[in-house]
Amino acid sequence: MNNNTQAPALAFDGISCVFASNEREGERYVAVGDTTLHVAPGEFVSVVGPTGCGKSTLLNVAAGLLAPSSGSVHVFGEPLTGVNSRAGYMFQAEALMPWRSAISNVAAGLEFRGVSQPDAEKAAGEWLKRVGLGGFENRYPHQMSGGMRKRTALAQTLILDPDIILMDEPFSALDIQTRQLMENEVLALWQAKRKAVLFITHDLDEAIAMSDRVVVLSAGPATRPIGEFVIDLERPRDVAEIRVHPRFIELHEQIWSVLRDEVLKGYARQMEVSA
Amino acid sequence: MNRTVIGGWRLRGAQFGLLAAIILIWHVFTDPELLPPIYFDNADQAAFFFGRPAEVASRIWNWFASGEIYRHLGITLFETCMAFFIGTVSGLGMGLWLALNDNASAILDPYIKALNSMPRVILAPIFAVWFGLGVWSKVALGVTLVFFIVFFNVYQGVREVSPTLLANARMLGANQRQLLRSVYLPSATSWVFSSLHTSVGLAFVGAVVGEYLGSAGGVGYLILEAEGNFDVNTVFAGIVVLTAFALFLDSMVGAVEKRLMVWQPRTAQSERL
Repeated sequence: MNNNTQAPALAFDGISCVFASNEREGERYVAVGDTTLHVAPGEFVSVVGPTGCGKSTLLNVAAGLLAPSSGSVHVFGEPLTGVNSRAGYMFQAEALMPWRSAISNVAAGLEFRGVSQPDAEKAAGEWLKRVGLGGFENRYPHQMSGGMRKRTALAQTLILDPDIILMDEPFSALDIQTRQLMENEVLALWQAKRKAVLFITHDLDEAIAMSDRVVVLSAGPATRPIGEFVIDLERPRDVAEIRVHPRFIELHEQIWSVLRDEVLKGYARQMEVSA
Repeated sequence: MNRTVIGGWRLRGAQFGLLAAIILIWHVFTDPELLPPIYFDNADQAAFFFGRPAEVASRIWNWFASGEIYRHLGITLFETCMAFFIGTVSGLGMGLWLALNDNASAILDPYIKALNSMPRVILAPIFAVWFGLGVWSKVALGVTLVFFIVFFNVYQGVREVSPTLLANARMLGANQRQLLRSVYLPSATSWVFSSLHTSVGLAFVGAVVGEYLGSAGGVGYLILEAEGNFDVNTVFAGIVVLTAFALFLDSMVGAVEKRLMVWQPRTAQSERL
């Protein structure tokens, strides 16, 4: 698959991202400061942090949609230039093309890569069944519920069989039942393929239930990792049941004690800006 | 809040009734025998100034029965369709190009604003000099009216494509051409269609105003000729025929829109059983 199995799937080394400030002209805003983070092939890593701390910025850097102001990004040992072609990205916001039906949304990636339309749609049909949307092939995004749209987006990302999966709070807009169902489905799919996952969330329960490792980010500006926790819960897991496991509660307490201060800082900063 | 709108034959009935009432009032007030002269000294003056619906109808009937109208209508419709087609295609092309090319758009920005705010109907005599008194000077006038509407809508449409949608398509491996075909064009299409209804009307305005200002054929020419003879009935007949065909063209655009825009959400309405 790759010639260097030792290299991490994704490696941030001392990256920082600086933006021109929207609020005050001439000023700069450091969204991410001096972050080093490695994700091994097949590892499920979650990143938690207070709102507005630059989690999505980190993911955009991993996707190659945003070049870091300094530092380096390596994908399987090779420096990243342009869009990261080995990564699939599930966005927080709606990203389906509203003018394409479910099946042709899922087939889009294969078509972009030169697969003929009938072949692409055949594969897309199988993926739709796999995410539980058999029979909904011809629905347009506006005709589907939020959960169905997320499933379609999941199939759209996974059909390309990416070696790295980037997820930006993909389930934050879903109700709790749909969310747990989706989390279990993602875990099952991940278990089968064992791809590297970088999962961004603000929900600590979700992070612990799903990951091998949880990274806590500091409040902005100049977000950086301030804590790392290995989640040694056995797999396969059920995200609903694991929440009452004593080890889960223990880990939750440990991580929350680090995260709480940052959440409060992030909150105070937001109040400052809005005042 | 529950708002129920009347539908089906009751709606059609109400719409038709309104038209009938307007024609009836028109008829009663302009007929020399039905009412004593209220405002005018002479009973025939109302009909002279406002025309009479029966006369208008018989004029239209004669036009179509004798076939006299077809040549003029053909000319006007040809001018309208050409102006609509050329204006739409060039507006779409130019809009896409400038929306995707920041430098060109920055350089051309003041000129486009100037051209758009210019009262372009005033160009009609110049076009007559450039393109002669035939159909092409009218087409040119129509194009200047249609182009900007479509252009600004496409430009806006492309500029407002959701960044997430673009990022997603790029992550799925779309190159520049595929982005144009799968994201920019479909996104701009919805904006184009909302502008096409306005454009059809303006293409008509271009054709008729052009004919009105100097021509030897077309419905605008018929109207101009009738005005020269103080023949109000013929003027109204021309207006009615033009309106009917403008509505027809608009409904054609609507039909194409309905076919191409199936993906667009419509306001859901529960049905009463």
